[in-house]
Amino acid sequence: MKFAVVVFPGSNCDKDLYFAIKDGINEEVELVNFQETSLSGFDAVLIPGGFSYGDYLRSGAIAGHAPIIPAIKQMAAEGKPVLGICNGFQILTEIGLLPGALIKNNHNRFICETVSLQVINNQTQFTSEYSANQVIDIPVAHGEGNYYCDEQTLNELKQNDQIAFKYQSDINGSVDQIAGITNKEKNVLGMMPHPERALETLVGSDDGLKMFQSILKNHMDRVNQ
Amino acid sequence: MTLVKVYVTYKKSILDPQGEAVKKAVHGMGFNDVQDIRMGKYFEITVDGDSPTVKEDIEKICDDLLANPNMETYRYEFVQSEEV
Repeated sequence: MKFAVVVFPGSNCDKDLYFAIKDGINEEVELVNFQETSLSGFDAVLIPGGFSYGDYLRSGAIAGHAPIIPAIKQMAAEGKPVLGICNGFQILTEIGLLPGALIKNNHNRFICETVSLQVINNQTQFTSEYSANQVIDIPVAHGEGNYYCDEQTLNELKQNDQIAFKYQSDINGSVDQIAGITNKEKNVLGMMPHPERALETLVGSDDGLKMFQSILKNHMDRVNQ
Repeated sequence: MTLVKVYVTYKKSILDPQGEAVKKAVHGMGFNDVQDIRMGKYFEITVDGDSPTVKEDIEKICDDLLANPNMETYRYEFVQSEEV
C-alpha cells in the first residue's frame, strides 16, 4: 500500500507520519509537497499536524487553497482513505470534506498531554482493529481543537455514525466531547489527537498503531476481493 | 482605486476566549462598566473600482477565504477613491 504525506509550509508532524507508515506498518510512503497537483499512484493520503502558514487568518484556512487540495478532494471522492490529524483535521473542515470547525480551546490554553479517547465507531477503515468502545491513550497538542458545529450538524453526525472518537473528559470545550469525525462515506477521518505519536510503549502508548494497521488491513481486503 | 474595508466577526453563538481574556484585563484596569468584548478581524483591500464584478469578487473572497461561515460572519464597505 502506498501512502502520501502532504507537506505544507509549517507542517511539523509530517516525518512522524512518514515513520508511522515506514516503520510502524512497513509500507510505502512518500512526502508530497503542497505545490504538487496530483496524487495519482497513491492509495491513501495523510495530512499532518503543525501550523501550516503559521495559522495565519485561521488554522488551515490558507492551506485550504494550496495547489494540492483538488487532488486531495479527488482522492476523497474516489473513496480512498484521507486522514487529517490536528492541523490536518482543521484543513479538512476548511475545505469542506468534513463538517464543522475547530476554534480556540475554551480555556485559552495550548494543551500538550496524553488523553484518553473512546472509540465510538469501530466500523470504519480507520478504526476496525479497535474493539467497540475501546478506551485508548493518545497525545494531543493543540490550541485550537475545540470542535464546533451547530445542533443540526451534530444530529446528523450522530445519525450517520460519523463520530469516530470522543474525549473521556472535557479537555477543550468540544461539542459532545468530539475528538474525531468521519464524512458520511467513512473514508475521510479528521481528528485532533496524534496517533502517529503513540506507536511504541517506549514513548508512553502504542495505541495509535492500530489506526494505521486498520487502514492497511482494509486496503488489503479490498485489493484481495 | 477603491478601498474595501472588510470586518470579520464571530457569530453570536461562538465563544470568544481571546475577547474574554481581553475583557478580564480591561476589568483589571478598573473599567468595570465594560460588559463584553468580542474580537474580530479587519482587512483593507485595495481594488480596481472600475471592475464591474468588484462586489461579487469581494463577496467570493470573503466566502471562500476571509471568513469561515461555520463560525463567522462578515460585512464590508467601499470607500470612494478620493477618500483613499
